[in-house]
Amino acid sequence: MGRRVLITGLDTFWGGRMAQALENEPDVEMVLGLGVNEPKVPLERTEFVRSDQKYSILNRIVRATQVDTFVHTFLETNSVSVSSRMLHEINVIGTLNLLAAAGSTGSSVEHVVVKSSTHVYGASSNDPAWFREEMHRTGPVRTKLERSLIEVEGLVRDFAEDNPHLNVTVLRFANVLGTDIVTPISHDLRRRLLPSIAGFDPLVQFVEEDDVVRALKFVTENDIAGVYNVAGAGKIPWTEVASIAGAMLLPLPPVRPRLFASGLIQLGIVRMPPEMEDLIRYGRGVDTTRLMEKGFEYRYTSAAAVESFARANNLRRSIGSAEPAYRYEQDVEQFFRHSPAVVRSNEG
Amino acid sequence: MPEVSPEPHKPAGTTTRSGCLPPDEGTPAAPVELEDAVPQPSRVPQPSRVTTDPTRSSVSAKATVSVLPVARQKPGPAPSPDPRRSDVDEWGRSEQVRAIARRLYDPIYRYWFRVEWDGLEKIPRTGGALLIANHAGAVPADAPAIMHGIERDLGRPVYGLADYFFRTVPFVGTLWSRTGGVPAHPDNAYRLLHDQGQLALVFPEGTKATSKTYTDRYRLRRFGRGGFVEIAMRAGAPIVPIAVVGAEEAMPILFRLNGVAKALSLPYFPVTANALLLGPLGYVTYFPAKIKIRVLDPITFDVEPGLDRYARSRVMDETERIRSSLQEALLDMLRERRSVWFG
Repeated sequence: MGRRVLITGLDTFWGGRMAQALENEPDVEMVLGLGVNEPKVPLERTEFVRSDQKYSILNRIVRATQVDTFVHTFLETNSVSVSSRMLHEINVIGTLNLLAAAGSTGSSVEHVVVKSSTHVYGASSNDPAWFREEMHRTGPVRTKLERSLIEVEGLVRDFAEDNPHLNVTVLRFANVLGTDIVTPISHDLRRRLLPSIAGFDPLVQFVEEDDVVRALKFVTENDIAGVYNVAGAGKIPWTEVASIAGAMLLPLPPVRPRLFASGLIQLGIVRMPPEMEDLIRYGRGVDTTRLMEKGFEYRYTSAAAVESFARANNLRRSIGSAEPAYRYEQDVEQFFRHSPAVVRSNEG
Repeated sequence: MPEVSPEPHKPAGTTTRSGCLPPDEGTPAAPVELEDAVPQPSRVPQPSRVTTDPTRSSVSAKATVSVLPVARQKPGPAPSPDPRRSDVDEWGRSEQVRAIARRLYDPIYRYWFRVEWDGLEKIPRTGGALLIANHAGAVPADAPAIMHGIERDLGRPVYGLADYFFRTVPFVGTLWSRTGGVPAHPDNAYRLLHDQGQLALVFPEGTKATSKTYTDRYRLRRFGRGGFVEIAMRAGAPIVPIAVVGAEEAMPILFRLNGVAKALSLPYFPVTANALLLGPLGYVTYFPAKIKIRVLDPITFDVEPGLDRYARSRVMDETERIRSSLQEALLDMLRERRSVWFG
């Protein structure tokens, strides 16, 4: 019997991407996606279940479908897109309920994969050049996003301790750039105006969106447990990010930079979430040896991830968004998946 | 600049930590000649020397070495062979910036301080080594002199480990990083020494030395908690003690203003003789003291490398032994010195 995988946040970028990636795997028997909204990407065989971000029906779903793997991609890793109240609901409460369902008596779940972020390390002047997974952050927790992600990881750690028979994986991803993903940084790069702090040119890491999906898939398929950093090789200065992406730097004063940028942030010209302030002052590097030792191979370095974004952005600038928007039609999807009229070659 | 404090550390075994690319792997870096760095705030011109200067071509040839690789391009659908636009390595050091710094600093090194080395050949030409030296002067002149000399004559880059404080200062912190400064985190030191086989320079006295007044000149402060010994043991790298004479007189501190330091959140605020004579300009102008540098015999430890912790007593004993041999070398050099200005 193949894997039966449940993905959270099917309607978000990562959930959709992950579902698409798992659909192509013959040894994944069933892919089930939870989402607040309808999926935004075309899916072949993934079953979509509408659910609130608190996963109140998750216990029933697990019992009914006997899923063996949770891929928890629905964690907000930037504080621009949602309010802080919602951030807490999605990240902390969502994870809490998800883990409760995974650990309930008689649960069929054997593996839980959580997509976290290197924001848990923060960024401070006392940081080592490279954080290994077991190192602790050196600076105080200043932003709501970091606090929420740290709380999530705490829940996951406790869960792993309480359920030693389960595989629990946490992947901490560096800032993502790529052809399609929209993040606060990619938003600013698209506008060709990148906030920076005058006098600081920190070294940063990026991971390409394809490598993110590949890493999630890699740990899911190979039943790899533990905490892993995921980031492209090498570090590049912030100024070089701007130059590769063809963006202009917007130097903000070293003292209270967000205050000075607040007008531009309000107007939506730049997005500079609070968690970015220390990042563009001190930068951050994470050591990715541990996952590579397990056999994972990156396709993109940090610089290549920025380049990948830049090339896609050039194309977008010339011809606009390449693909027509996809719309999920419940009836159509149900027909193709379940109607006896559809001939399914892989059956029987 | 602070001592490297001891911290439990998981050895990496034989594997190379990612991101930290080992030297000589990946992008074959252009052979460049390296030199010196400025691990301090505002000082006189930046360190330096010219690669293209025809008068120094012999040295250039000698001092040819591969810089750290900057980005290793992985095979795969990476869009272009090398998207990098600058030569800033993973520690923040840039060879281009250093070339400029070299050009500016070399005249100072040669004609102002007239730096003289004794025992330069004791510094390993390959592999990691932890250089430790005495530290002095409000804005210390010793670090750039040591780094410049080694890079100029041995063609090896030297990474200067210094206080995290530099990272928080706009412009200065960035410049410091681009010229070879690295925050003195034990993990950074271990990676430089063990994984990358580089030379790292550290001042075990830390700011205790640079903030001391002229009356305490050439009296070594406490050598931190011996973190530098522990790191050398763990990395299996030798320690090379370096005694510097002259830096004390280049910018002597007469007294400190603790209130001002607190108000400006600086580690210390010195009033130097230079500042009394020249005003604010005194903080960027050194007296032309003759700098003499003596390299002592490298010290290796017969302990198993890669352990998380080493016996405290052993570490402290070694620390004290190194400290007293460095102190003895300093006193010896001072006995031989006839003049502060002419050596």
